[in-house]
Amino acid sequence: MARLSSWLRLAALIGAAAVLAAPSFEAAAGADKPTLTRGKGDKCVEDTEFMRRNHMDLLKHQRDETMHKGIRTTKHSLKQCVECHAGEKSGSVAASKEDFCMACHSYAGVKLDCWDCHATKPMAKKPGQAEAKAESKASPLMPNSRNGGAKP
Amino acid sequence: MSEPNRPESNPENGGRRTFMVAGAAVAGSAIAPGVMLYGIAQAKPADEAVTDKTRWGMLVDTTKCNSGCTDCVTACNTENALSGKTGPQDSQWIRKVEIKNLQTGAQNSLPMMCQHCENPPCVDVCPTGASMKRADGIVLVDRHICIGCRYCMMACPYKARSFVHEPLTEQNPEVPRGKGCVESCTFCVQRVDRDEKPACVEACDKAGHKALVFGDLNNPESDVAKAVKAHASTEVRGDLRLNTGVRYQGI
Amino acid sequence: MANNVCLDRACGKHSQFWTLLALGGLVMLGTLSAFFYLEHHGHIETGMNNQIVWGLPHVFAVFLIVAASGVLNVASIGSVFGKKMYKARAPLSGMLALAMLAGGLAVLVLDLGRPDRLIVAMTYYNFKSIFAWNMIFYNGFFAIVGLYLITLMDHKLKPWSKPVGLLAFLWRLALTTATGSIFGFLVARAGYNSALYAPMFIIYSFAYGLAAFLVVQSVMYKWNNIAVDERILARMKNLLAVFVAAGLYFTAVLHLTNLYFAKQWEFERFLLAGDNVYTTLFWLGQVVVGGIVPLLMLFNSNASKNPAIVFLAALLVLVGGHAQMYVTIVGGQAFPLDLFPGYAETSSFFDGVMHSYTPSIWEMMLGLGGIATAFLITTVAVRVLKFLPQDDFKEIELEAKEG
Repeated sequence: MARLSSWLRLAALIGAAAVLAAPSFEAAAGADKPTLTRGKGDKCVEDTEFMRRNHMDLLKHQRDETMHKGIRTTKHSLKQCVECHAGEKSGSVAASKEDFCMACHSYAGVKLDCWDCHATKPMAKKPGQAEAKAESKASPLMPNSRNGGAKP
Repeated sequence: MSEPNRPESNPENGGRRTFMVAGAAVAGSAIAPGVMLYGIAQAKPADEAVTDKTRWGMLVDTTKCNSGCTDCVTACNTENALSGKTGPQDSQWIRKVEIKNLQTGAQNSLPMMCQHCENPPCVDVCPTGASMKRADGIVLVDRHICIGCRYCMMACPYKARSFVHEPLTEQNPEVPRGKGCVESCTFCVQRVDRDEKPACVEACDKAGHKALVFGDLNNPESDVAKAVKAHASTEVRGDLRLNTGVRYQGI
Repeated sequence: MANNVCLDRACGKHSQFWTLLALGGLVMLGTLSAFFYLEHHGHIETGMNNQIVWGLPHVFAVFLIVAASGVLNVASIGSVFGKKMYKARAPLSGMLALAMLAGGLAVLVLDLGRPDRLIVAMTYYNFKSIFAWNMIFYNGFFAIVGLYLITLMDHKLKPWSKPVGLLAFLWRLALTTATGSIFGFLVARAGYNSALYAPMFIIYSFAYGLAAFLVVQSVMYKWNNIAVDERILARMKNLLAVFVAAGLYFTAVLHLTNLYFAKQWEFERFLLAGDNVYTTLFWLGQVVVGGIVPLLMLFNSNASKNPAIVFLAALLVLVGGHAQMYVTIVGGQAFPLDLFPGYAETSSFFDGVMHSYTPSIWEMMLGLGGIATAFLITTVAVRVLKFLPQDDFKEIELEAKEG
């Protein structure tokens, strides 16, 4: 069932993409390619070429892992994308067509569903909340028996 | 309620877990009591899935809950970036309910929210499986596959769910929410996953009422497990046998 | 409407056909603009809220779906139970079933919070959900009834019409069982939570479906200037009367059962003797207009001689059906959930008070789109294919003698 439905979804996605892409493709032909602003840091979590083709799969995989299993690694999380790629002017990844996500997506004419629900701006730092929780802290919820190991 | 969790009785990761518990104890006593190193304090590493060895739950002591106080509601609204408006189309994840016994006249004040049932009717009726229960007992809506049919709202005995009636902006990055999907209390899952208490519990403690006790019901050492063992408590609509994660004391 | 509009291609009156199409199209235009408006602004522009989560669109949608499965009954009596008179009406019955189901489903989909995720609804299934099962039954209904129509219309496939007709009959029973169970399975709500909902919805579907069929048949005959045979009319109106009476019976049993359970008294007082629109709609709409008056009309001695009486009675059954759906769906939600039995409850989230619902024009337009969809499909289908019942009166006489 799962396999069948994923094929169905794939077929539907290809169909939808074709329909969505067709008109904008003509309009975009000859137009300048989108220019992307660089994110924070030296490089992205994966190669640029890889990210260009596969970011949606990484995000979808991460979304299901976080949603259903509570896995909250940051490497491929949408929140982390926003942290690094939020535009300098708007502070957002999707507020204007210059912003990181929209630059490509408006060029390719692929509608984005993420920002109906997800925040497009990085988390506002609360005073006193350190970046990586480096301070020592006892576990209030898990006395004694449930302590995880140090990160690998 | 299911069997309390004993780490050593689990063949799969019991060995590793026991070892780490010992390690934590050594580290703790070596540095300073009650102070632990980074990482060891984490409830679980970020890359590890939640398991059914934990069952998150809450005990509400209605005798300590103040009738005029809405600190838990305010804290919830702040944490989850809810508007705080109370119109018929606005979301309310937690609300204060005032009840009065029709025979005896006895009055109670209590917070009502998603009861995080073991057998949640909302999960049963959801056509796509968007309404789901995590292994650790937290009931959530997977907004990625919620189609907004609202059948779960029809099925919930606690009226715990709200439908987002209009487009939203300024969400909390950790709490995505948007138009056309159903939502409800998550036990502040984003906080629980990093070993913090839900916002409502924290606010109640801060106000000095301490009416809400949160923790792992499966862990006999947790405050909540000790509290439900020590005091008589009841499930709301216990006749439905949903085995709720939230229990009430004093009614 | 003009009396002499001919929908059959043979008589070639084009202009009337296009007028009908334009009429239906106009309503559809309103529906689609309502859909896009709500899609943009959200359900905040409707009267639906966090207390009344299903409103007017669902009243129209569930009515159409229930009536769709019922309208197929005419075909089933012909194909499965071998009644010649009904067999002549099987193609029209099957086509109407498809048209009405399409209309009902269209409204359900257009009202979703995320209609753009229809593909998700079709690919992610939670098999514990009766709602998911309904989707399977709806899709299957299209396939099976479509196949059934082909066996009826293709001479070579005619022998298959009986087994496929039987399958369609069983499928529609399962479908209406599932539709009724959407409400029957809601354990927490006083207005629902009863196994009676499944058989009751089947009986309702018999009545609403046959009534819809009679209305369409009357109009088609009238427009083609054909008089309905008295014997045919007599039999069909008697059948409708039996279904309407059975519907009333099930309604009575549901409420009598509730009246016996002390914990249901408050709800029954609210519905049967309350000071609200649901009490009025129940007694005046569902019971009087949709039940007693049609019964009196159908048992009137002139009914089988006068097609107008039967037409009017069937129309009243349809109006009463909408009242019933409003009472069932909106009324069932308007009564507050009892979180703490034996306690009075108040809160900021409308606990302990009757929930109010004022539909907006947008959801009304959305709901009417279902009827418009069914109307458009029927108009086009009747125009391009032969759906007018072709009676063989010798056979009918023979059947009547056999009893």
